[in-house]
Amino acid sequence: MTTHTIAAPPPDKTRRAFFTALKCRECAREYPAQAVHVCEFCFGPLEVAYDYDAIGKVLTRARIQSRPTTMWRYKELLPVAGEPTLATHVGFTPLVRADRLAKRLGLREVWVKNDTVNHPTLSFKDRVVAVALNRAIELGFDTIACASTGNLANSVAANAASAGLRSYVFIPADLESGKVLGSLVFGTNVVGITGSYDEVNRLCAEIAGKYGWAFVNVNIRPFYAEGSKAMGFEIAEQLGWRLPDHIVVPMAGGSLITKIHKSFLEFQKLGLLNDHDRDGASSAQSKIQNPKSKIHTRIHGAQAEGCAPIINAFKAGTDLIRPVNKPNTIVKSLAIGNPADGFYSIQTMKQTGGVGEFVNDAEVVEGIRLLAETEGIFAETAGGVTVGVAKKLAQQGVIKRDESLVLCITGHGLKTQEAVAGKCGAPRVIAPRLKDFDALYEQDKM
Amino acid sequence: MATNVRIPTPLRKLTANNDTVAANGANVQEILADLERQFPGIKERLCDEQGSLRRFVNVYLNDEDIRFMQGEKTRVKDGDELSIIPSIAGG
Repeated sequence: MTTHTIAAPPPDKTRRAFFTALKCRECAREYPAQAVHVCEFCFGPLEVAYDYDAIGKVLTRARIQSRPTTMWRYKELLPVAGEPTLATHVGFTPLVRADRLAKRLGLREVWVKNDTVNHPTLSFKDRVVAVALNRAIELGFDTIACASTGNLANSVAANAASAGLRSYVFIPADLESGKVLGSLVFGTNVVGITGSYDEVNRLCAEIAGKYGWAFVNVNIRPFYAEGSKAMGFEIAEQLGWRLPDHIVVPMAGGSLITKIHKSFLEFQKLGLLNDHDRDGASSAQSKIQNPKSKIHTRIHGAQAEGCAPIINAFKAGTDLIRPVNKPNTIVKSLAIGNPADGFYSIQTMKQTGGVGEFVNDAEVVEGIRLLAETEGIFAETAGGVTVGVAKKLAQQGVIKRDESLVLCITGHGLKTQEAVAGKCGAPRVIAPRLKDFDALYEQDKM
Repeated sequence: MATNVRIPTPLRKLTANNDTVAANGANVQEILADLERQFPGIKERLCDEQGSLRRFVNVYLNDEDIRFMQGEKTRVKDGDELSIIPSIAGG
């Protein structure tokens, strides 16, 4: 694949960067907003630092609503200095009112944030890649790369192709075929590693150091991770500038759940939410459950039982994560044994009164089928985890009947067909004769 | 022959930009102490005030995470390879 040099967009005189630096989450040391992801002093993760006062002067509901229906309507809160020139049609996926699913869960108000139809590669990863790609170009990179359990590789491959950039994606060699093909088709360099995702990522950290490429989830990670906030911004806007009582978020590395939390906090900080949420956790009930939380939403984390290091720590009442050495689950997209944001995801759950829960593989398949059969949405295995955990939390009484719930459904089921193959029945085959169908239908009527 | 220690990018300023250094010790803890003797200041980056490895520091012995072995007491021998890697992000 040839590499093209992308001409820098002309300077936008009306546009300035609303982010100022990178800051270590552990020790608060600051770094320039470049391709560095780890604090040199304590190895803590770096996070983008924003100028919220400046953003507050510019980002209003009216301005947001005047912009195209993509994730870039919130661009002041995303770490791209200029106008995004690549991956511009990402996000603003449907927030679907799911009454039939709600009835099956024994709840009144359930919404599905449907990233199964995100553009272009049918998962929420298009959001983080959109940010990473634009920032990588700003920083002068010409090769984009990632370590992936599948969805990220698809997104990097597709978006790099549309931008004319060379890309390398590194995956465990035994990924689902749909995910592998879903990268290969874009002409990317797919490298299969004989090992777990954790081993893939570790290798990529070393390759990034040596080759100087833009690894979206390694050296570009502080910018990349911010793209997930757009999912939360959209949920709040689509609910009518309000937050739900509960949200269930699947956890792999643990980044998404922390960015959903951050997105709700940022909207509140900027005064974009309705009165009920403007002043924080205002209901008496939510004050009891999470007295220190600034928002009333309880943010719950979901994992698969066969690889649940974050949930295991949460249930044990500790924030010290014991890595899972050999993940054993059909939910390969969440099979990260040593989650980098595990500590922070536990903080998000604790601070908001959220609960961590896992489901087994059979419950994952049930969750996929329940969502499909009630709402016509075919989710990948992570979606089955989210639905399965929501069902458990409703049964446990954590989510009460009259409380609103949003489910983060992060990727399309066609990518993990192996999980449900053979479990959804089979066509009944008849000859092309009316009487044969009449006989079949008679059986159905009984 | 000693243990080869692979140094991650953030720490190379302390090791004169060497990405691999040799260190002596019977276990990981002793290797870290030897690294500190050779490159003063390196231990403070890797360990907290109590002397335990910081939360985001991962150490691998011959590609195995030492948390799945005996942690800092994991024994090392000549010719072994120790890698120090920052935490792993999802994808």
